[in-house]
Amino acid sequence: MTFLLPILLASLAACGLTTALAAVLLVAERYLVNYGPCRIDVNAGDRELEVAGGETLLASLKGAGVFLPSACGGRGTCAYCKVKVLEGGGPVAPTELPLLTEEEVAANVRISCQVKVRNDLRIEIPEQLLSVRQYRGVVERIRDLTHDIKELRIRLTEPERMDFVAGQYVQLEAPAYGDNPEPVYRAYSMSSVPSEDGVVELIIRLVPGGICTTWVFTILQEDDEVTFSGPYGDFRLSESDRAMVWIAGGSGMAPFWSMVRHMKEKGIARPVRYFFGAVRRKDLFFVDELRALEAELEWFTYVPALSGETDHDPWAGERGLITEVVDRHVENGAELEAYLCGSPGMIDAAAKVLHAKGITEERTYYDKFG
Amino acid sequence: MIAQAAAETSPGTMLVLVLLSAALTDNILLTRFLGMCPFLSISRQLRSAFGMGLAVIFVTTGTCVLNYLLYVYLLRPLAAYGVPAESLKLILFIVVIAGFVQLMEMLIERISMKLYFSLGIFLPLITVNCAILGASLFMVNHVASKGFGLVQVLLYGFGTGLGWFVAIMLMAGIRHRLKNARIPPALEGAGITLIITGIMAMAFVIFQGMIKI
Repeated sequence: MTFLLPILLASLAACGLTTALAAVLLVAERYLVNYGPCRIDVNAGDRELEVAGGETLLASLKGAGVFLPSACGGRGTCAYCKVKVLEGGGPVAPTELPLLTEEEVAANVRISCQVKVRNDLRIEIPEQLLSVRQYRGVVERIRDLTHDIKELRIRLTEPERMDFVAGQYVQLEAPAYGDNPEPVYRAYSMSSVPSEDGVVELIIRLVPGGICTTWVFTILQEDDEVTFSGPYGDFRLSESDRAMVWIAGGSGMAPFWSMVRHMKEKGIARPVRYFFGAVRRKDLFFVDELRALEAELEWFTYVPALSGETDHDPWAGERGLITEVVDRHVENGAELEAYLCGSPGMIDAAAKVLHAKGITEERTYYDKFG
Repeated sequence: MIAQAAAETSPGTMLVLVLLSAALTDNILLTRFLGMCPFLSISRQLRSAFGMGLAVIFVTTGTCVLNYLLYVYLLRPLAAYGVPAESLKLILFIVVIAGFVQLMEMLIERISMKLYFSLGIFLPLITVNCAILGASLFMVNHVASKGFGLVQVLLYGFGTGLGWFVAIMLMAGIRHRLKNARIPPALEGAGITLIITGIMAMAFVIFQGMIKI
């Protein structure tokens, strides 16, 4: 038994000392580092975070679900966690100076792991870092756009708003139902305009046998609650001012329906030719709305094309496969950017035509349905 | 001459020698290469190096004293009961250092932002700095072999920190001049700093052991 005594004593000494130190630190933390609750305003009101003061900005943001890149674990060496602190950041600390250029200091850029939250802050971080999260909402309206395409209008309940860029998508959760024992997630581009507060609209085409689309078409009712995550994706307007060719079919309408209205709102007047391919006239939707936009916006042209209408039909628009129509209309591809959204078959065929016209791969943006 | 002085060892000269040997001839950074990480990264700017150096002085002094008390009043008595004090000290010293550093950071931040920005902000960076732990561990050796008391330990801790301070200030000064020098691209940054450290170390190593306490 005597050999147990040293072990016991050693454990007691180690645990006792550690506990004592921890107690001292806890007391100190309670009274020394208590800065009370602080508000962090992100991107001029985009998000309001309420955090407990005293931690570093990096840690506080992480706690509030905003994840900044950081490789060194907050030791102030990697400089990945740069953030613009517009108000309340205090003077630039000496640990930050070696990692910041003079221009950055002048522009209020800070190393967020070296900035303590001691009071309310106003900060600015790149939009895409306001990362993906889970949303809940209530279906406000389900409307038929065509015989097999529905539009879902969801009012967000928790959180009550979502920031996204026109062209991004969400993952909608179809709960377990019928023979389907587990929830599944399917991606749908948002067709609503980012500026429309608290609302997300999706355009969903019935896929025969599809778990999620069948759920949307047969079970989901107005006023039902839905869950989704997002926003995802980097299908979005480029920063250039080149003229664009948009090509879509079916529910591939969604990102473009969002983009064109977003461009109109923001006064982005890049020339756009929007080719929309369908089989018959009954497969077209938003025709009146797009025609109205075309009449109103001189930079916007809408070119619907039908591949399956009979010659007797009084359709005055373009006829033929979308690839043929694009082939007839697009010239000088070297000056253009292309955006494609739809089924993989259609996208690949259209991309081939566009590349032959001189639109480079780097200037071709895809949103393929998986 | 110094050896002579040491041989006489009046209590006063003994203290001066402890300080001098810790700071210069047994410089923890240049003769033992401890505490290199902050030395390499913070020596880019004189001002930061100054703050970092002060922080190290402060922490080595404080933790050497605390760990001395821990060693003499807890670990050594326990050793009589068969507790492996020598192994245990490693863990416990680290814990004490980490706690001390955290506590001091909070305290300084609350007391004065000016002091915090010049000194306190560097504290978290040296929580687990090996120079700090090294100072405490060497201190224990001195306690065992040379019978250091509390005052000597205080001076030893201070001297060790001072030595680190001197080293990083020298390096920051050199690197300040280096900004205008043409360095082969492959050696820029840490590379040239390590080479310079090596050359500086040679100068210090020569004097190692010259002062025998």
